[in-house]
Amino acid sequence: MIDFLRLLCAALALIAAPLAAQQSMPAAPYAYTQLEDPVLEAEATELMETLRCLKCQSQSINDSDAPMAGDMRHQVRSRLLAGESPDEIRSFLTQRYGDYVSYQPQVSSTTWPLFAIPLVLLALVGLILLRRLGKKRSDGEPTQ
Amino acid sequence: MIAELGLVALWLSAALAVLQMASGAMGLAGGDNARFAIYARPAAVVQAFLATLAFFLLLWAFAITDLSIKLVATNSHSAKPFIYKLTGTWGNHEGSMLLWVAVLALSGGLLAGLERRLPEKTMSATLGVQGFVALGFYAFLLLSSNPFERLPVPALEGSGLNPLLQDIGLAIHPPTLYVGYVGLSVAFSLCMGALITKQVTPDFAKVMRPWVLGAWVFLTFGITAGSYWAYYELGWGGWWFWDPVENASLMPWLAATALLHSVSVLAARDALRTWTIMLGVLAFSMSMLGTFLVRSGVLTSVHAFAVDPERGTFILILLGLYIGGALGVFALRAGSIAEGKRFTATSREGALVFNNVMLSAILAIVLLGTLYPLLTEAFDVRVSVGPPYFNPAGAIFAIPMFLVMAVGPLLRWKDDKPARIQFELAMLAAVVIAVCALVAILGDYSILSVLGLALAIGLGIAAFLPLRGRNLRRVPTATWGMVMAHFGVAVALFGMACETAFTSEKLAAVAPGGVEEVAGWTIELESVDPVAGPNWTAVEARIFASRDGGERIELNPQARNFWSPSQATSESALVTRWDGQLYAVIGDQAGVDANGNTRWQLRVWWKPFVTFIWYGGLLIAFGGVLSIVGRIRVDLKRRNAKALGDARREDMDALKGDSVSGGGPVPEPAE
Repeated sequence: MIDFLRLLCAALALIAAPLAAQQSMPAAPYAYTQLEDPVLEAEATELMETLRCLKCQSQSINDSDAPMAGDMRHQVRSRLLAGESPDEIRSFLTQRYGDYVSYQPQVSSTTWPLFAIPLVLLALVGLILLRRLGKKRSDGEPTQ
Repeated sequence: MIAELGLVALWLSAALAVLQMASGAMGLAGGDNARFAIYARPAAVVQAFLATLAFFLLLWAFAITDLSIKLVATNSHSAKPFIYKLTGTWGNHEGSMLLWVAVLALSGGLLAGLERRLPEKTMSATLGVQGFVALGFYAFLLLSSNPFERLPVPALEGSGLNPLLQDIGLAIHPPTLYVGYVGLSVAFSLCMGALITKQVTPDFAKVMRPWVLGAWVFLTFGITAGSYWAYYELGWGGWWFWDPVENASLMPWLAATALLHSVSVLAARDALRTWTIMLGVLAFSMSMLGTFLVRSGVLTSVHAFAVDPERGTFILILLGLYIGGALGVFALRAGSIAEGKRFTATSREGALVFNNVMLSAILAIVLLGTLYPLLTEAFDVRVSVGPPYFNPAGAIFAIPMFLVMAVGPLLRWKDDKPARIQFELAMLAAVVIAVCALVAILGDYSILSVLGLALAIGLGIAAFLPLRGRNLRRVPTATWGMVMAHFGVAVALFGMACETAFTSEKLAAVAPGGVEEVAGWTIELESVDPVAGPNWTAVEARIFASRDGGERIELNPQARNFWSPSQATSESALVTRWDGQLYAVIGDQAGVDANGNTRWQLRVWWKPFVTFIWYGGLLIAFGGVLSIVGRIRVDLKRRNAKALGDARREDMDALKGDSVSGGGPVPEPAE
């Protein structure tokens, strides 16, 4: 059943795609065109893989054929070309669409447990290992 | 009649689950009540038969497209290819839950029918718990998701099946995962049985081990198949996206992997008793959680779930009941079970404990990242947690785990001196550091993929070190299993790191006749033509790919449009080479070129060593199979030897003229 919903949504998005393609002149030229500079394009791909397609179920804009994802790819590529850094583009997009658009959660009032809990976990793991393996032990007595 | 028969079989199964539960409880009560314990085994066996029958009846209804059954009418179509009519049986909520329950009953029946080594009381408790678990899921199926519901008026035509699911991947992927999920229920019941009767012994571990191994093999295979299916079917070349549905299958696997190692320590060394029980509870809890996540609709939208919560709430209650109950029993009993034999940090047990803690920590990270967005969504705050979170957070624990995994199998049980294996340690450290340095010099790659690559190569060598200096013909099959599985981890890790670091992508609008280049491959689009299938139409590209001027290989990616229901999908085309895969997808029209020819969106990737991810997965599963075969062979051999010994003793006794007393079954000897 893996990805059933993701598939469904991707497919729904695909239905809409041919409509957009009917127009002979694409509105967003960088939706399906790579940047000339391979370094910039690599940066673009890396960024696009961590941005959520808002019209899909669990898909990055890099992987989606939804028109909106195409628009966002165009945004990313043309802004990179204009000299913005990936972080600036990410914060522009999160300002516009909310935290939901970025797969890379930032520390904030709503997401701090995502970062605090792993730290607690790290401490806990250390504690368990110390208790279990820390000191040499002799053979315990047999159980009842 | 089919539907009614199926429903009757299900209700009878539920009734038998009640009998099994009651009989198990009676057996536990002891005294006069113990004579009722004899019903537990037959109840489980007959139940297995009935539940399987119910599933096959539904399969039959789908095979003949019985449109008077609601489930068939909503999920099937008379024009669908036959194989997909069959696989459609479990391509929906009710059908897949019926499969789940049938596998649950079947594994319970197998346990009841085959297992004779445990003390009767422990067995009674185990079967009672198994019946209790089964009962909850029968209730879920019968009360809130009846697969055999009839329509008041039969439908004229079915409303089809999601075309993306019309794929052979669907045929094998969910059933294997379910066998894995549900196989862990037996481990859960055995743990509970052993805990209730205070029989957490090496013998119990030996009984449980094949079940855990079996479930784990199926889970490994299911996840591997699912990953490959998503890779070629979804058309964007990704093999893992930390999607909640993917995580739902990964979490039980992580727990089962930890359990597998823990149960081996318990069997061999009588250590880690409470730890094993805890992991047994955890593994099945994760299976149920996965089922809840996928089946309740909570992933699509927390709000949709809140509006129509019947099914989700039902599973959630079951989840709370079983996990809560298990933890309750654990809290009551854990004090009376000693930790078992002790060991030092630098022993094989020590390494296994370390890695079990790491696996549990990774599990906790995955759990957190999966559930947290659902939690905040309930409070109208939407956050996304994806690969940029899971990869580094998981790596914090995964990297130490891989390091310890490389040396753990070289250590001796109980106590060892690291100095004894200093040559191996130095060599592995040198390899890992050398690869890191080499890759870092060659190019600018992400730190995780460089580390992954180095660890993969180190692990690949380390996997075979336990065989050093041994006569290969005398190495036990189970040890080969461990070597294979560990080598598989290295292979898969290598594939993941290579794909992440070295993939090349080419995206272009190409008119027929146009040529593109990607990573040494020349891609020529010859033509784009319309084609039609049984329930779809498509545009199909004829692409010729050649590597460094070599042989021209034809590729035919399609962009398909299905009707009933109407959907569009992208069918990728692949060229597999030993060192990677070429992955091509055709997209939409993209205007015209200067000469007025229509251009098409073409997307091509070269993914070096990407196939190693799934070869690795298969190797891991194969290692598990070897281990099961090895254990069972040793077991049978011992049993035969014992039977032979008994027969000889009887002969001797007869010769002496003594009358041989009692021909009853002799308890199995400890291994």
